[in-house]
Amino acid sequence: MINWPNFVSQLFNGLALGALLALISSGLTIIYGTLGVLNLAHGAMFMIGGYAGYLTYSYTGSFVLAVIGGSLFVMLLGIAMERIIIRHFYHRPHEDQLLVTFGLGICFVEIIRLAFGSQSQMVPPPAMLQGITSLGFLFYPTYRLAVVGIVAVALGGLFLVLYRTRLGMIVRAGIEDSVMVDSLGINVYRVFMIVFGIGAMAAGFAGIVNAPVVSLTPGVGDDILVQTFVVVVIGGVGSFPGAILGGLIAGEIISITSMFNPGYAYVMLFVAMTLVLVLRPHGLLGTQGRE
Amino acid sequence: MLTKRRYLIEILTAAALIAAPFVLPLLGFAPNTVNRILVWGLFGLGFDILFGFTGLLSFGQSAFYGTGGFVAAYLLTRAGFPNVILALIIGMIAAAATGYLIGLIALRRTGIYFAMITVAIAEVFFFVEFNPLSDFTGGENGLPGVPTPSIDLGFAALHFTTGWSLYQFIAFCYFLGVVIALRIVRSPVGAIFSAIRDNPLRATAVGHNIHGYKLTAFVIAAAYAGFAGGLLGVLQAFMPPDAFMFDTSGQLVMQTAIGGRGTLFGPLVGAAVWLSLQDFLQAALGLGAAWKLVLGVVFVLLVCFLRRGIIGGLVDLYGLLTGQRTAKEPEESEPQPEIGSEIAAAPMPAPHRPDDRPSGPILQAKGLTKRYGGLLANSDIDFTVNHGELRGIIGPNGAGKSTFFKMLTCEVHPTSGSITFEGRDITGMNVTDVCQLGLTKSYQVNQLFAGLTVRENLVIAALSGLRGKFKLDLFRSIESIPGLAERVEHTLALVNLTRRTDTPVAELAYGEKRRLEIGLALATSPSLLLLDEPLAGMSPRERVETVKLLKSISQGRTMIIIDHDMDALFELAERVTVLQEGRVLVEGTPEEIKNNSTVQEAYLGGVHGVLAA
Repeated sequence: MINWPNFVSQLFNGLALGALLALISSGLTIIYGTLGVLNLAHGAMFMIGGYAGYLTYSYTGSFVLAVIGGSLFVMLLGIAMERIIIRHFYHRPHEDQLLVTFGLGICFVEIIRLAFGSQSQMVPPPAMLQGITSLGFLFYPTYRLAVVGIVAVALGGLFLVLYRTRLGMIVRAGIEDSVMVDSLGINVYRVFMIVFGIGAMAAGFAGIVNAPVVSLTPGVGDDILVQTFVVVVIGGVGSFPGAILGGLIAGEIISITSMFNPGYAYVMLFVAMTLVLVLRPHGLLGTQGRE
Repeated sequence: MLTKRRYLIEILTAAALIAAPFVLPLLGFAPNTVNRILVWGLFGLGFDILFGFTGLLSFGQSAFYGTGGFVAAYLLTRAGFPNVILALIIGMIAAAATGYLIGLIALRRTGIYFAMITVAIAEVFFFVEFNPLSDFTGGENGLPGVPTPSIDLGFAALHFTTGWSLYQFIAFCYFLGVVIALRIVRSPVGAIFSAIRDNPLRATAVGHNIHGYKLTAFVIAAAYAGFAGGLLGVLQAFMPPDAFMFDTSGQLVMQTAIGGRGTLFGPLVGAAVWLSLQDFLQAALGLGAAWKLVLGVVFVLLVCFLRRGIIGGLVDLYGLLTGQRTAKEPEESEPQPEIGSEIAAAPMPAPHRPDDRPSGPILQAKGLTKRYGGLLANSDIDFTVNHGELRGIIGPNGAGKSTFFKMLTCEVHPTSGSITFEGRDITGMNVTDVCQLGLTKSYQVNQLFAGLTVRENLVIAALSGLRGKFKLDLFRSIESIPGLAERVEHTLALVNLTRRTDTPVAELAYGEKRRLEIGLALATSPSLLLLDEPLAGMSPRERVETVKLLKSISQGRTMIIIDHDMDALFELAERVTVLQEGRVLVEGTPEEIKNNSTVQEAYLGGVHGVLAA
């Protein structure tokens, strides 16, 4: 019936995917929580992170530099996007914010398609993380194991920034009540810019870390964006711990269902989301009253 | 704009559709392109009702487009179903039924949650179509061989095959779609749709079951999508699997925003721009794959600078050119007829039960307590108001007055205690039901339908009393509802806004907005009216007028007023309740309250002590 080594390796796949989703969703959720803007271009940020890393890699041959390059580029892109366009939308209805970020996402995807073409690109994992590792009972690709570790470190870093720094305190206060933070004499708009940059960077970082696992195409962010939404709905909008919990749940659901029939992965994900919506409409770790 | 002249829009649409085959070829449109534009336009009619009129932005319409399309195509190709038109209708019904089920889930949340859920739904449908259901849908091959329609009239048979011949059929469907959409938009349900878009909170508070209406809009959009999906199969003689793709939903959203939301014809204009730009960029300029980038940039610029899309921009331009917008109506400061004299003469709207003039308590609250975490906002309040009474409530800031009101109208549920209204226990009911029973409130901070005119605002409030909280009179003209016009006119006269009837709310002066706020509550014809600081922020002159207004509306009505203006309140109210720190401090006639030492203490704080020292 069930092939146990296969099942365990799928559990690991789910963990790797879940960790990535957790990181991307954290980015989405802190941007939404602080700025009140749902960034539909977040999937494109993920994709651009991969391509910027790929470009860095093809010039330098260093995976570490690729990760740094990809993340920094997306952070700068996020900041530019916030400065030039998003900030004009803070006082416009949610629908307009959705429309404009949706349009920007399409522009980003099409620019990459023009520049790199539609065929897929590969970024090889660093030499020391290539090959497979024996876990005693099964062999598992080393890099995928490493992804879990790398993402865990990144999430830890994000946690430290959010919960242990002055900036993080302001961001968390802003999630609760940005008007109040503004009237305390803190320049909320500067914080917004930084948060947008950090949130985008989370997606970009995930994009380049994921590039050796799944080959890069201009559309690679689209599916991720949808999965991220499910994660955020399950975990609760604006909740950092919720994004991590939701990410892990979604990752495992996708992986385990795929073992039986990949066609049902989304269906199961959707069933989980529906259950959460029915039983806990504000998400597993979300707070009431946030829309 | 949509209602000025009866049937004008329908006639113009018909004329344009008839003229199109003669004019459009001259502009270089191929019949196939025109047909595709019409299918998108029909798809968009439903979507515009959902997004433009009701304010629900769904990124999941491809699910219903695909469902309708594949059900119709499956019937016609695999199941040997002979009648194309009937198959299209069955597809539409299937899509509407799917829309109902999905709507039950997606509409549990609003705003961005709703958008995210619809994205996820669309993606699920795409995967289901490709995988588990590929035996029925042909998977990535789609369903080829969808036949074209023909109608047997007995004496002659009409075959719609391709090109301009098929155009006749599709154009007729589009025309029907427009006629139906216009009726819906002009119906009471359509008015409530715009109310939900502008201010869902108030739409609920004036007694409409907005969840039911949102679900209605969602199902309508799904039905349009399903029918358009079926037409797509007919048009291409092939049902393509990419109908289910997220890109389909995205393109629909973008076309609607480009053309102009809330205009019904926006999606059609958007589709025309989209498809002709696509042809132009690809063929004429040889841009190849870059066309989508250009369209993406155009879209972003339009969202940034032309909020209401191309049609909205044209309407504004027309307004500028003809100078309609510059000719402003008289401002508040201009002399106005005295309030009071004429109003006193006006007949009062019938209270809920005019036959018996009941006495005794209309509202009783017992042991009402509200706790927010550690904060006790209201504690053990006992409160009774009799029929016909005008009660005032005063208390320092933070005394829990607004929380108390919110509990009475069931916006907030008490932690403990009970509320009885006209002999019925309403504890735990919702705002909508309580408003339907005849208890409503005017808000401390204006809660108006900001995008609508004064009349439209009052119509929405009056409809709830006349139609109940939920009714699907989708095809009924709003003018044909008996008693509506009278009630609106009467309320207009009561709050002295008759001269501002067709002014958009955004152009009203503050005092006028304040009066409209009261008017919204009045138009629901409540037997008990709560007014939360009706005088807040008014100039002394406006206060005098509003006090007169309140006096006149209090005749034959029970009212409870919260305000800080004690002189006004003492003049109006028969009895006054003083709240302090969430408790009833004292209750009595204005004279008693004025001379009560505890009240003086509460308001003047330690001043007594300081003076004595």
